[in-house]
Amino acid sequence: MDAVEVIEGKVSVLDRADVDTDQIIPKQFLKRVERSGFGEFLFYDWIRDGEIELESNPILVAGPNFGCGSSREHAPWALQDFGFQAIVAPSFADIFYANCTKVGLLPVILDQEVCRGVAEAGMARIDLDERTLDYAGGVVAFEIDEEVKHRLLNGLDEIGITLTDEQRITEFERSHEIRGRPTTAL
Amino acid sequence: MARTLFDKIWSAHEVGDGLIYIDLHLVHEVTSPQAFDGLRLEGRTVRRPERTVATADHNVPTDGTPTARMIADQLSRVQVETLERNCAEFGIPLHSLGSEYQGIVHVIGPELGLTQPGMTIVCGDSHTSTHGAFGALAFGIGTSEVEHVLATQCLGQRRPKTMRITYSGKLGHGVGAKDLILATIGRLGTGGMAGHAVEYAGETIRGLSMENRMTICNMTIEGGGRAGMIAPDEATFEWLDGRPGAPPDLDAAVAAWRELPTDEGAEFDQEVEVDSASLSPMVTWGTNPGQVVEVTGAVPEPTTETEERALRYMDLEPGRAIQELALDRVFIGSCTNSRIGDLREAAAMVEGRRVAESVSAMVVPGSAQVKAEAEAEGLDQIFRGAGFDWRSAGCSMCLGMNPDILSPGERCASTSNRNFEGRQGKGGRTHLVSPKMAAAAAIEGRFVDIRDWD
Repeated sequence: MDAVEVIEGKVSVLDRADVDTDQIIPKQFLKRVERSGFGEFLFYDWIRDGEIELESNPILVAGPNFGCGSSREHAPWALQDFGFQAIVAPSFADIFYANCTKVGLLPVILDQEVCRGVAEAGMARIDLDERTLDYAGGVVAFEIDEEVKHRLLNGLDEIGITLTDEQRITEFERSHEIRGRPTTAL
Repeated sequence: MARTLFDKIWSAHEVGDGLIYIDLHLVHEVTSPQAFDGLRLEGRTVRRPERTVATADHNVPTDGTPTARMIADQLSRVQVETLERNCAEFGIPLHSLGSEYQGIVHVIGPELGLTQPGMTIVCGDSHTSTHGAFGALAFGIGTSEVEHVLATQCLGQRRPKTMRITYSGKLGHGVGAKDLILATIGRLGTGGMAGHAVEYAGETIRGLSMENRMTICNMTIEGGGRAGMIAPDEATFEWLDGRPGAPPDLDAAVAAWRELPTDEGAEFDQEVEVDSASLSPMVTWGTNPGQVVEVTGAVPEPTTETEERALRYMDLEPGRAIQELALDRVFIGSCTNSRIGDLREAAAMVEGRRVAESVSAMVVPGSAQVKAEAEAEGLDQIFRGAGFDWRSAGCSMCLGMNPDILSPGERCASTSNRNFEGRQGKGGRTHLVSPKMAAAAAIEGRFVDIRDWD
């Protein structure tokens, strides 16, 4: 995962509520076994049916509950591969938000009014370390978990971090009882 | 201090701050290949293969194709064969196409008795919330997290808030678990449970079968919830008795599980109350599961742009009676409603009747075991006799990653969980309903109020 620090530039807008991951990347493209190349299929049906137009820019401003539905990480992969580095929205679905933070696509939660303002301004600058978004309407602060911020700023491999303290997992396993039979015994 | 079911499971699994231990990891072909690639790239192994189990479900054809090698669609075949190779390489037990235990991942976990009270369970699939019906903490994760769990058996997680929804009273005749959860999502909205682990409680829930409880927990994600849970009780313990994955000393396990239910006086971040007796059979009219009305109702006036767009997509106008909607297809299946109890309910509705001329209807059992059990009871004969297509196990038309899809413009009564645009096939129009409602709709060729139908 590449480090995320400052994301700056033009803004694309998708002013719709409850956009689900089935729209972001339809199911027929989930059969690929690779992690790359999903960008060209982003919003496949909506774009091809002329429902929306979407320019490849560093920032996407979206509506509330963005990324609801299926847990497919192919959705953030597609958004990232298309060119987006940050998504700004009033709210995100939980799994989608977590998936974004794992791949270095920065999710930024801001009030609906501010989101509209950023969309109108057409340009923005996001500083992750400062946790601020700067646009024509002013500078606004956003919240992000400290741990997540640290990982994104440094482009850290989360598995590597967890395994540096593998001893505590081993110790936990010693005292933690799982009662069922092992899956390998069936 | 009084604690909730969620609090007890969470604290028993905290390895460190923000890091929880995972007792059971379920794997399927769609969200795992890139995770296994990641392991190979870093030279990592699977930490606990014996706490991991895999199956092929999303991609598999339901026409009885016996092995992965024979899947006609090349991309699907590659994905299932990739899963087979990955599981062999990393030592993960797999129930692939052709296995007697193959099936939808959220059907086989409980069926094998691997899903148990007090466990933490994850899977790269949002409907993992299903397993919460057993008093487990179960939720969907993305592929990066799948890789993390494979490598460490742990998962970094922010502690969610808690919500309790208490259902009082009895469900009326013809009203079931699917109606209960659809009505709940309709009331709270598709983001109404966001950020919360939701416990379903109250006398209505206590009276439901394990299959019905799974239907409810399954759709928690459609309300945006992180996890859905139901306290374990006698019904839960009875389900587990005799299943292959159940604890060797079941009595000792049951004694421990009895400590799990939420303590009297424990506090939730949010409480909701629902009067079950007031609920009716429900039908979705739009393109998300929260856009739902009673079967006696009509398509509502749109109040937002989202609703206007949903009506256009669904080709519906406000005021149109739900029972006037003519159907082209009926799908009974999916991780929401493909268990033996669901099939029995649907079969009872169609026995001795015929599917309407204008309708093409299919029943897809959730697993090879469910299929075998249904056939032993003669349910397949009832469905076939009524004109239903009787299929083999898989996700089938819930998500259209396999040959079972809607054609553009087709209107479908479906027992699945998502009515998103194009979910069941591009241009397809999905109405979510219970198995009984779907069965009756297949016979009549339109939605009917099953309360005065049977």
